[in-house]
Amino acid sequence: MREFRYAAATDPAAAVALLAGEPSGAFLGGGTNLVDLMKLGVATPDVLVDVRTLTSREVTDAADGGLRIGAGVPNADLAADRRVRERYPVLAQALLAAASGQLRNRATTAGNLLQRTRCGYFTDVTRPCNKRSPGSGCGALRGLHRNHAVLGQTLDGPGTCVATQPSDMAVAMVALDAVVQVLGPDGARSIPIGELHRLPGDDASRDTTLRHGELVTAVDLPPMDMPSRYRKVRDRASFAFALVSVAAALRVEDGVVADVRLALGGVAHKPWRAAVAEGALRGRPATEESFAAAADAELAAATPLPGNGYKVPLARNVVVRTLLELTGGLA
Amino acid sequence: MDTEITLRVDGAAHPLTVDTRTTLLDALRERLRNTSPKKGCDHGQCGACTVLLDGRRVNSCLVLAVTVGDAEVTTSDGLAAGGQPHPLHRSFVERDAFQCGYCTPGQVCSAAGVIEEARAGWPSAVTADLTAADAELTDAEIRERMSGNLCRCAAYANIVPAVADVAQASGVRR
Ligand SMILES: Cc1cc2nc3c(=O)[nH]c(=O)nc-3n(C[C@H](O)[C@H](O)[C@H](O)COP(=O)(O)OP(=O)(O)OC[C@H]3O[C@@H](n4cnc5c(N)ncnc54)[C@H](O)[C@@H]3O)c2cc1C
Ligand code: SF4
Ligand code: FES
Ligand code: FES
Repeated sequence: MREFRYAAATDPAAAVALLAGEPSGAFLGGGTNLVDLMKLGVATPDVLVDVRTLTSREVTDAADGGLRIGAGVPNADLAADRRVRERYPVLAQALLAAASGQLRNRATTAGNLLQRTRCGYFTDVTRPCNKRSPGSGCGALRGLHRNHAVLGQTLDGPGTCVATQPSDMAVAMVALDAVVQVLGPDGARSIPIGELHRLPGDDASRDTTLRHGELVTAVDLPPMDMPSRYRKVRDRASFAFALVSVAAALRVEDGVVADVRLALGGVAHKPWRAAVAEGALRGRPATEESFAAAADAELAAATPLPGNGYKVPLARNVVVRTLLELTGGLA
Repeated sequence: MDTEITLRVDGAAHPLTVDTRTTLLDALRERLRNTSPKKGCDHGQCGACTVLLDGRRVNSCLVLAVTVGDAEVTTSDGLAAGGQPHPLHRSFVERDAFQCGYCTPGQVCSAAGVIEEARAGWPSAVTADLTAADAELTDAEIRERMSGNLCRCAAYANIVPAVADVAQASGVRR
């Protein structure tokens, strides 16, 4: 591991000021991703600014009936919060389906959102990887990519990258239209969560639209009155990343889809808001046929790789099943 | 880069000078010679290094020692207060819940955390009713909640009843 200086700040503004002058520094949350990547030589910060206990560890009621989640709230506490369990079950389920009890106790809300891909070429410094080392190529494209993206990848050029964003929590937050609060050297701004993570485009090295030194301070959840749920498919029953996951919310009136939210995990470089499927569903009968047609419409854009074609029918089936469960049509 | 810290471990305070790169696991094992937490993977994947930090289970291999501050670290050693085995230590022996024993201190700390989490009413991924007031430690619940602790000897079939016995005695199992 590269040597680094450890800096503890007194408040968020001081942490931002500290990191602004350190181009190779990083914020430290629970460290469950960053420390791991530092051991592997993938992350090489020369300064760590510890923000785990600096940012709020509270979930508070917002004036609009939603919730404000402090950036420092541990994943375990967020999943256990009564208001989350009752009003945002999709978020509680996503958190509980992720990592292990030990990791959830230490991992923070901001760190979870900004965790980096689990692509095995990214985490192995002896392999080519445009995300870790721009211009070196993408080892996964013609290598092992069974758990890589099927939508929105960059398949040629310097930005080539077929990695997935691994956070379960982020997929649920995208379906919930969360808003990320950020404090940077130039002041505070709000980012709709759908605009936080990005596709690789021509620069695979950037996972998000955050600028260097911007501190996530909170995540706001707007009020939610639809039933919602999260379904994750993985290689083993527990303690494994998603192959495909779905975060969904659905309101049916008189047998017709009145409103719907749908986001997919494990399929792209960012949580994939299934806007095409949502559009195809509104006003349609809440039936298995409509659900399947909407999923197919969304996945028509898929460009699976030789080794991960299974994800397309899997995503389709998981969308259909999750929506059926939300209609009460499946136990 | 050297930094001075004081680690509070199993009831005693230890002033130490550590390189900032030192994990809590390495500080415990290499500096304080407390070898009850084990190094399996060093990447958060196996749970052998599990300790309690202010009563909550964490992977000590991913915690930098400089970030611990004045939090109280409890290892499996420390659960045996005054040399008296913890009820979980006894139940692991009674239920024959290990073979080589390498994962056991981590399993025991994790199980202590699981019982506290259930007492606080926390749900898990297999909890049918997320809004239920109380958590029940059924076998399925114990398996899910303990999934961050691997056992290469595959003593799982006996680890579940070992945890269940203590959960029962603690009133969080029906
Ligand atoms: C074995 C294993 C299995 C896992 N399984 C899953 C899984 O199934 N599903 C899943 O979703 N996750 C899984 N995870 C990942 C886990 O959820 C993340 O490691 C964790 O959420 C990261 O949170 P942290 O606070 O520890 O982040 P850190 O490691 O501290 O930070 C992560 C990143 O966020 C940045 N950062 C931290 N805080 C801030 C802030 N306030 N503002 C700006 N930047 C910040 C850091 O600089 C770093 O780049 C797993 C991890 C492991 C080790
Ligand atoms: S998929 Fe992305 S992260 Fe993986 S090797 Fe290719 S460029 Fe790197
Ligand atoms: S050694 Fe820490 S989880 Fe394996
Ligand atoms: S008893 Fe040998 S690893 Fe668990």
